[in-house]
Amino acid sequence: MQPSIRVAPDPAVQYILRIGDTCLILGQRLGEWCGHAPVLEEDIAMANMALDLVGQARALLTRAGQMSGRGYDEDQLAYLRDERDYRNLTLVELPRGDFAFTVVRNAMIAGFLKHLWSRLLSSTDAELAGIAGKAIKEARYHQQHAADWIVRLGDGTDESRRRTEAALATAWLYMPEFFEADGVDDAAASSGLGPRWAELREPWLADMQAVLGEAGLALPAETAFRSTGKRGIHSEHMGYLLTQMQYLQRAYPGGQW
Amino acid sequence: MSESNQTNEAADATEWPLWEVFVRSKAGLDHKHCGSLHATDAKMAIQMARDVYTRRQEGSSVWVVRSDQIVASDPGDNEMYFDPAEDKVYRHLTFYELPKAVDHM
Repeated sequence: MQPSIRVAPDPAVQYILRIGDTCLILGQRLGEWCGHAPVLEEDIAMANMALDLVGQARALLTRAGQMSGRGYDEDQLAYLRDERDYRNLTLVELPRGDFAFTVVRNAMIAGFLKHLWSRLLSSTDAELAGIAGKAIKEARYHQQHAADWIVRLGDGTDESRRRTEAALATAWLYMPEFFEADGVDDAAASSGLGPRWAELREPWLADMQAVLGEAGLALPAETAFRSTGKRGIHSEHMGYLLTQMQYLQRAYPGGQW
Repeated sequence: MSESNQTNEAADATEWPLWEVFVRSKAGLDHKHCGSLHATDAKMAIQMARDVYTRRQEGSSVWVVRSDQIVASDPGDNEMYFDPAEDKVYRHLTFYELPKAVDHM
């Protein structure tokens, strides 16, 4: 079996891995809808968005590999790290759930990434700014697609409303993690690599309020629970996801299509 | 004349309406019919058309129209409608010699 690689704890690398891993793992989860979405057209839409996210992850992991100074490429970083070295937001690793959960999660993450990309357009790292320029267009579409579905489901039948409310209640538990401040954030803010994520909270919340208001859904209350995926401590679901995602590269090192 | 897609009340109750999709490949060209899809409303139909029919850079603009809004000619009228044009080759412009001045028409 291919052994694991370790990534330097350099804060700039960690900052980029947080974004790259969030895209990578959500892409993996969205890909699970392929062949299973409620209608053919949505099946294709989900796969399109999954591939957008994997594309963003590729660019970001490549950049993280360059900055880490150990010569790792995007594939090694995606497939050969141990669970504790993934830095994604915990929300994206939760099982795909029903369609309501998927669109609620997509709206939360796409909205977050949209505001993050818009700030990263002026990153001092030209490479990261370039990635942001391309990705922000994709994030805008992902957010609109998910928001339209939240309105349809929230303002739909009794069942669709009940499911959307339940999805929102679950996903919202993992929201505070988006905006928790720490040293990685501080380092990025002082070097100009990117913003403190706490600064994205207000515009993000305004977007969510607008969508939930249109859907006739109430903003859930914030709880004291704090998930910690972006510090490498994940939910019980992450190990299973990685087992499936890494299987080929672990069993057949360097295997290619 | 008859409507090409007769509205089926029973199917409408459980199935999303059908939409026809037209894609323009680049500015200046016509929108061309490229297929159909199911969607609950116009906004969803446009989004799905984008996802299903323009993912390989096929388009710069998309139109959708409810299939039951298209009025089509009746295949039973084909003889009366289209056969009479068969022997009227003179309607093609190839029989006329153009004056030199308009040679590039």
